[in-house]
Amino acid sequence: MIQFILNERLIQTEVSPGMTLLDFIRYEKHLTGTKIGCREGDCGACTILVGDFLNDEINYSSVTSCLMAIGNAHGKHIVTIEGLNIEGLNAVQNAFAEEGATQCGFCTPGFIVSLCGLSFKDSQSFSDAIDAMNGNICRCTGYKSIERAGEKVAEIFTKRGSSDKIDFAVNNKIIPAYFQNISAWLKKLQSEIKREIFTEAPEVILSGGTDIYVQQHDTIDEKQISFISGRKLSNLIERNGEYCYISAAATVTDIANSKIIQKTFPELSHYIKLVSSTQIRNMATLAGNFVNASPIGDFSIFFLALDASIVLTDGNSEREIPLRNFYLGYKILDKRPGEHILKIKFRLSEDELFNFEKVSKRTNLDIASVNSAIHLKMDEQDIVEASISAGGVGPVPKFLEKTSAFLSGKKVSASLIDSAIKIADDEISPISDARGTEEYKRLLLSQLIKAHFIKLFPNLPLQKFS
Amino acid sequence: MHNIDSYSHLRGESIYLDDIPELSGTLYGAAFGSNVAHGKITNLDLEAAQNLPGVVRIFTYKDIPGENQIGGIVPDEPLFAEDKVDFEGMPVAFVVAESKKIAQKAVKLIKLSTEPLEIITCPRKAKEIGSLIVPPRTFKTGNTEDAFRKCKYIFEGIAETNGQEHLYIETQGAYSIPAENNSIKVYSSTQGPTAVQRHMAAVLGIPMHRIEVDVTRLGGGFGGKEDQATVWAILCALATHHLKRPVKYSLDRMEDMRMSGKRNPYTSDYKIGLDENLKILSYEVSFYQNAGATADLSPAVLERSLFHCTNAYYVPNVVATAYSCRTNLIPNTAFRGFGGPQGMFVIESAIAKAAEELGVNAWEIQRVNLLKTNDEMVYGQKVVSEAISCWDKLDEEFDPQNIHNDVAIFNASNHLFKKGISYMPICFGISFTKILMNQARALVHIYMDGSINVTTGAIEMGQGVNTKMLQVAAKTFSVNAGKIKVSSTNTYKIANTSPSAASATADLNGRAVQVACEAILTRLKTFAAKLLSENENRISIRDEVVYVKDSMTDLKWNDLIIQAYLQRINLSEHGHYATPVVNFDPSIEKGHPFAYHVFGTALTVVKLDCLRGTYEIEAVKVVHDFGTSMNTIIDKGQIEGGIVQGIGWMTMEEIVYDNNGKLRSNALSTYKVPDIYSAPKLIDIVFYKSEAENLAIFNSKAVGEPPLMYGIGTYFALRNAVKAFNPESKIGFSSPLTPEKALLGLYKK
Repeated sequence: MIQFILNERLIQTEVSPGMTLLDFIRYEKHLTGTKIGCREGDCGACTILVGDFLNDEINYSSVTSCLMAIGNAHGKHIVTIEGLNIEGLNAVQNAFAEEGATQCGFCTPGFIVSLCGLSFKDSQSFSDAIDAMNGNICRCTGYKSIERAGEKVAEIFTKRGSSDKIDFAVNNKIIPAYFQNISAWLKKLQSEIKREIFTEAPEVILSGGTDIYVQQHDTIDEKQISFISGRKLSNLIERNGEYCYISAAATVTDIANSKIIQKTFPELSHYIKLVSSTQIRNMATLAGNFVNASPIGDFSIFFLALDASIVLTDGNSEREIPLRNFYLGYKILDKRPGEHILKIKFRLSEDELFNFEKVSKRTNLDIASVNSAIHLKMDEQDIVEASISAGGVGPVPKFLEKTSAFLSGKKVSASLIDSAIKIADDEISPISDARGTEEYKRLLLSQLIKAHFIKLFPNLPLQKFS
Repeated sequence: MHNIDSYSHLRGESIYLDDIPELSGTLYGAAFGSNVAHGKITNLDLEAAQNLPGVVRIFTYKDIPGENQIGGIVPDEPLFAEDKVDFEGMPVAFVVAESKKIAQKAVKLIKLSTEPLEIITCPRKAKEIGSLIVPPRTFKTGNTEDAFRKCKYIFEGIAETNGQEHLYIETQGAYSIPAENNSIKVYSSTQGPTAVQRHMAAVLGIPMHRIEVDVTRLGGGFGGKEDQATVWAILCALATHHLKRPVKYSLDRMEDMRMSGKRNPYTSDYKIGLDENLKILSYEVSFYQNAGATADLSPAVLERSLFHCTNAYYVPNVVATAYSCRTNLIPNTAFRGFGGPQGMFVIESAIAKAAEELGVNAWEIQRVNLLKTNDEMVYGQKVVSEAISCWDKLDEEFDPQNIHNDVAIFNASNHLFKKGISYMPICFGISFTKILMNQARALVHIYMDGSINVTTGAIEMGQGVNTKMLQVAAKTFSVNAGKIKVSSTNTYKIANTSPSAASATADLNGRAVQVACEAILTRLKTFAAKLLSENENRISIRDEVVYVKDSMTDLKWNDLIIQAYLQRINLSEHGHYATPVVNFDPSIEKGHPFAYHVFGTALTVVKLDCLRGTYEIEAVKVVHDFGTSMNTIIDKGQIEGGIVQGIGWMTMEEIVYDNNGKLRSNALSTYKVPDIYSAPKLIDIVFYKSEAENLAIFNSKAVGEPPLMYGIGTYFALRNAVKAFNPESKIGFSSPLTPEKALLGLYKK
């Protein structure tokens, strides 16, 4: 039995654990404020909040309920727009009304839920407010009125100081008063129930679900699912000597918030912004990105350049393989039936150089036309060892072996980069598709290679590429 | 006044189609669309689908009791394919099952076999082989040939615009319910309830009076639900007709994108001639519109491209010819601007081309050719122009010279980033160009407790028309807004509606509300005069109180109403409005088709990353002619939203078909609309209040479509940035200017 708190009510249900939370909310519980816009996590109209304990404090994340299995709601507090209503309009709703930030209204509940979720965050600046809504698409307003509403909401939060997050939000009419009782209730619930939904013979091992629910939302609820993210995992990201280990259940948000990762990649927040929306990052895992095997998987490209390894398990034994050997062909992996990724391992290298580049039709929150990462070990101006990877240029996320080998042991110069671009062009095989023509993808990769060097060597006279 | 719908929107309590509480016994539909773009049907195998448990019945053309035809302008669109399919996604069968999931599963079990026929996706090719939807049309004024001989400069070229997904966040859908006496009630997410009713009646072979279409609101329309909502409603109604059960079909996004039409792509040839003072003397243009497989609204869209072929400029000699080309794409349709933007893009391209060749800025040509009042358009109407006033106001408000200087300095000191600027003036005619459609009706009831109910033919789809209708009633009666409720649009209450389109909805329906309210008000004043033994000319109602001349009486609104009721005074009225003056004679392509024109100018500044081909829109500064806006919050929202939608069309929104006519950009993961980060950093709007009397409701000019065309400015600003980096760039005039086109424009030799 799946049990969770939905707004102010306890839910105990025997529906299939693979059913989307969206369908449950709308069609079983008839809470129709949560809307369906795309069923692929791209529009945010079905955004809800998911509350769970992080350390000892209850924390809420926004997610798109179209991609969330109800099994992943087990033992949590789920909040829909109905669960954020108070008498009249709450402060976020009021800001939207004042600014005329709702027109047809269909996307509106999703925006409100996303922005109310700001209540539980540590930082609540105007740009945090905008980031909170970055996975919500509005086709009517052009966003300017929504920005103005976001500004008003951020203004309210400037007065929070050291007050308790939930008390502050309740007192300022951002969320209803019942939120003050949820922590105790949820703790009690979690102590009473078994957290794991156990499946004898899983057909699907499900983590965040952000890819599989896009592809198979209509059939997955008929399958036996084993839930990874339901497992209690204390150390999602940890450092051990010169290595960093990332659990398969770590979400992109966990990675973005990790002090260990932040220290290694000073530009992390910029990269993360290119990767996906807030809602998707709150669900999607690194391991999921790897096994999805998309030739343009952002984290596959990122970690290929870092020469990461993955540890696979079938439940009994474990084996470790380099990520570079994981991709055998288009959507073909060196992964045996029953195996799943347990963790990812890579060497931390704070004094080395790294850069990630991505270009897509829409700058943010889009799938890349081409992406690329570079990792350089330097000795003054000499490249000791180079690793460069690129996505969207072949059937698999590609480690550019020849280009990397060519760059290693050379001194950085404009002519070196020109030669490297020619080598890269020879080892890729892009095709024309909805994300761009072959001609474009070849040109774009050459530009991104230039971009890597311009960013990493700002003092070198590389600005004047032809 | 705030939008009256915002309260329920913000609380998630507004009721869209899929939120209507379902009746017990409801069945669920799913359409099976052709898997090829063109082919002769050799076999349709329904057996496996039919045998799936939970499938109730599968409908095909054989089940149609009336006619298998839903074409609105040209009868060329069957509801279901019979012996051939003409586009990928063309409905062939409709599965009805106990659940949506079963219906969708069954659709996947249907097998259609076809013999391939030649697939045409290019409108020029279609024109070459004579595959046109309607005969070509030509608008003409002066003599272009003579004029070209007098021109100092002549330039020719090609300009292209791609289509655009409406991407209303609420997908298409309908819910039909059986009623007694062979009648049906249909909830439809449509901009055109009468179109649904009319075609449904024909398909079912029953009179229109047996079909009640009800629309509370749409989660966005933008033209995409003007004609294309009809098919889903009829599919449901056909099943209800046979099964006597409620049937619902709310499309998934991928079904919606695969099976519903988009903005018409155009490819056009232009020839422009200027004199030594940069005055445009002569302009010839041929539009090749990609209509898709059937007419839908394409002939009307085409007509508006002709009306707007010279945008906001006076050109004395024009020949504009338009071809609506039949291809094997999904039938394209109305989209905000309705062919106007496609037409304007071409003359803007022609001007940009001329500017480039002459080494001047495009805005130098634009400015000297702006329309003046009493200039005659190519279609014979003399305009009341605000074009120059808006442009000059922009210069006054935003100090463009300073912006030009900043950009010049930025470009001189940055190699890998370049900025670009453009001006985009607009002139958009308001009225349906089909004259008969310029009529509307409204039903106003005052109940005995003094509360008021207003129903019109207007569909609320986010544009705020409900709020404006309420304002008209509140102002006319002089009562508080809280006294008034605006109800759903319903064909049993309001008959023969025109679709909510052409930016004219508030004007037409608002005038009808005004007519109805004034009629009741006149009766109330007469009655009040009798009660107070006064002359009725001295009676007025102000803020719910009856006044005699300027002195307040004890007679309040609620008392007046109940007493009027008791004295059997008619407290209801059905108001009718037909726009005066407008006329057009298609046999000579001349007349006075528009009630008035809307003007404005936008200045756009963009920044291009010349290493990556990506860009940001830094600012769009606009002076827009609102007449006298009756609701500044709503109207400002229309401008901002229109601009960003227009920018999307010109930048990232790229519809991609393969050579077999299959849509590749068929999901939100492959078709991108602007997100919050890609909106311009700044949109600055100056409300220009034009004083001239017009036919708009309360002089508040229509605002729905015009702002989309400001987005065209972004294309030309970006193009200027590309040229700033690479003056030799081979970049042509083809929108959208995606990062791909930008990068190839920057570097392709």
